[in-house]
Amino acid sequence: MSFDDKIPEPVIEIRHLTTRFGSAVIHDDISFTVLRGEIFAVVGASGSGKSTLLQEMIMLRRPESGSIHVLGKDLSAIGERESMELRRRLGVLFQHGALFSALTVAENIAVPLREHTQLSVEFIREIVGIKLGWVRLPANSAEKYPNQLSGGMLKRAALARAIALDPELVFLDEPTAGLDPASTAALDDLIRQLKYILGLTIVMVTHDLDSLWNVAGRVGVLGDGKLLEVGTMEELSRSDHPLVAEYFQGSRGRGAKEQAWNRR
Amino acid sequence: MQTAITTARSPTASASLDSDGTLSCAGAWKMANVPFLERQLAEVLGTESGQQVWEMSGITSMDTAGAWLVRRSLSRLEQTGRRVELRGVRAEFEQLIRWISDEGESVAGQPQKPGMIDQLGHAAWNASLQGLGFLSFVGESTLVLLRLLVNPRRIRWQPFFYNLRAGGLQAVPIVGLLSFMMGVVIAYQAAVALRPYGASVFIVEFVGIAMLREIVPLITAIIVAGRSGSAYTAQIGTMKVTEEVNAMRTMGIDPLELLIAPKVLALVVALPLLTAFADVTGVFGGMVIARTQLDVGFNAFLDRFESVIFPTDYLIGVGKAPVFAVIIAMIGCYQGLCVSGSAESVGRHTTVSVVQSIFVVIVFDALFSVLLDWMGIGLFAQ
Repeated sequence: MSFDDKIPEPVIEIRHLTTRFGSAVIHDDISFTVLRGEIFAVVGASGSGKSTLLQEMIMLRRPESGSIHVLGKDLSAIGERESMELRRRLGVLFQHGALFSALTVAENIAVPLREHTQLSVEFIREIVGIKLGWVRLPANSAEKYPNQLSGGMLKRAALARAIALDPELVFLDEPTAGLDPASTAALDDLIRQLKYILGLTIVMVTHDLDSLWNVAGRVGVLGDGKLLEVGTMEELSRSDHPLVAEYFQGSRGRGAKEQAWNRR
Repeated sequence: MQTAITTARSPTASASLDSDGTLSCAGAWKMANVPFLERQLAEVLGTESGQQVWEMSGITSMDTAGAWLVRRSLSRLEQTGRRVELRGVRAEFEQLIRWISDEGESVAGQPQKPGMIDQLGHAAWNASLQGLGFLSFVGESTLVLLRLLVNPRRIRWQPFFYNLRAGGLQAVPIVGLLSFMMGVVIAYQAAVALRPYGASVFIVEFVGIAMLREIVPLITAIIVAGRSGSAYTAQIGTMKVTEEVNAMRTMGIDPLELLIAPKVLALVVALPLLTAFADVTGVFGGMVIARTQLDVGFNAFLDRFESVIFPTDYLIGVGKAPVFAVIIAMIGCYQGLCVSGSAESVGRHTTVSVVQSIFVVIVFDALFSVLLDWMGIGLFAQ
């Protein structure tokens, strides 16, 4: 990470993005910008194309038209080598963790370090220890295999792997899905703290209204193939767009808002 | 006035000792530069003693690796009784270094790898647990099978016929072909030995007894272990991973009854039939060689076959098949139920399933030879 510039610069710029699955239009002319140092959340009903959008931003899928700039690089015109370099500056936390099941937690976190740096084995081991400490995993979990971990620990281990290379930009796909409320709150705190210390920019896809109130800076709402609205949770909760209102002003939305207020 | 005693630069970072004993740190203290900086520091710090000052204002950026390098060097120096003062550290770098020391140091040590005796003990313990597990599995499924035999209406016919088709009918071409080829190979070896003695006609005994008693039952069992045994493990294992087996239990359906019994029964029916079919193609393979290499025609071969090969030979071969079928199906299903958690575990248990069932099949084949000899229908009895 770099602490050099405090002026928010765009980290992701999406312009007129269109995606189709066959004849079904998933994204119809979407444009938005994510600034350095913010936590940007993408929400929307199931099937609104959140995960597809995420896949396009992390170069796993190409959009039909429109442009995506990540860290100043145009993804549609990027070469093999440049994209490898860019990938090194990104961290991704997949929905189900996607830890390599044949490796222990420590080995999983060491994979990007071994692949992409010339650090000594001992130094890598120490860095792995630091990352494990950051995500609050007990030391004895280092030698466990992913199938021996609980859901919350799995997410933490995957997060540790995502930040192994100190990326500038971290993508979180449903980080709190399937976790109990206590683990969710703990993970939210962790994400906020990591962002603060490491100066991360975070893009997250989530359904969790509590998480949105607690963590997200700005939120983009996807629906009907469009980006319906972008704003802080405050603004969105007062929105009069029917789809946005349905999402944020239902009983669950109001409950989450009250809770967030009480916590402040 | 500063003269650098040691100056070395990687493109973007440096650590050099000035004449007044101050260590000047500059550039990007990041992962890519850390191996270089580490060597640099080791070189520089070996020579110094007592109080040290590190001038850090030249550092432009720092990541976890860089911060850890600072932290780690400091604690090593402090261990040898030297004190270090950091000067001009930017607030955000200081925070990062502090956070690393708070968070990182608790996990410094790592558990040791277990020693050889430890591993031996674990291996023995696991093996005996597996053996016990398999025994209790055999017991349970025997009970289920007996219950089904008493009350055949409870047999799940649909999966039974499905498995009969998948494990039996669909294996016919490969079993037939391989058995034919084994017949060719065996007869060819015999032909080489028999021709010089003019004993060509004994090819019939050789092919008949070897194929019917030993080779065909064994080769069929091995093919089926590779085809069906592995498929059973993979199928049940995948259902274990996706919790389908647990779902079945909660619905009050006994997985042994729905998943395992039909497989065992289907294979017990299919394997003898496959063996009988493979007997035909295997002997035919021998006949082809007898005719082309030894001038023993098909008619002459079959005439002699009738008089020297007894039904016992055929029945012994086919009679082993149901036993092999039970072994293959039981081991395949048991390994499937042993799968835990991950997809990788499915692969591991599938391999184990095939290796174990082939191993046990061959052991039982050897036991059969001894047993038949005791019973007086072994080879020497003729």
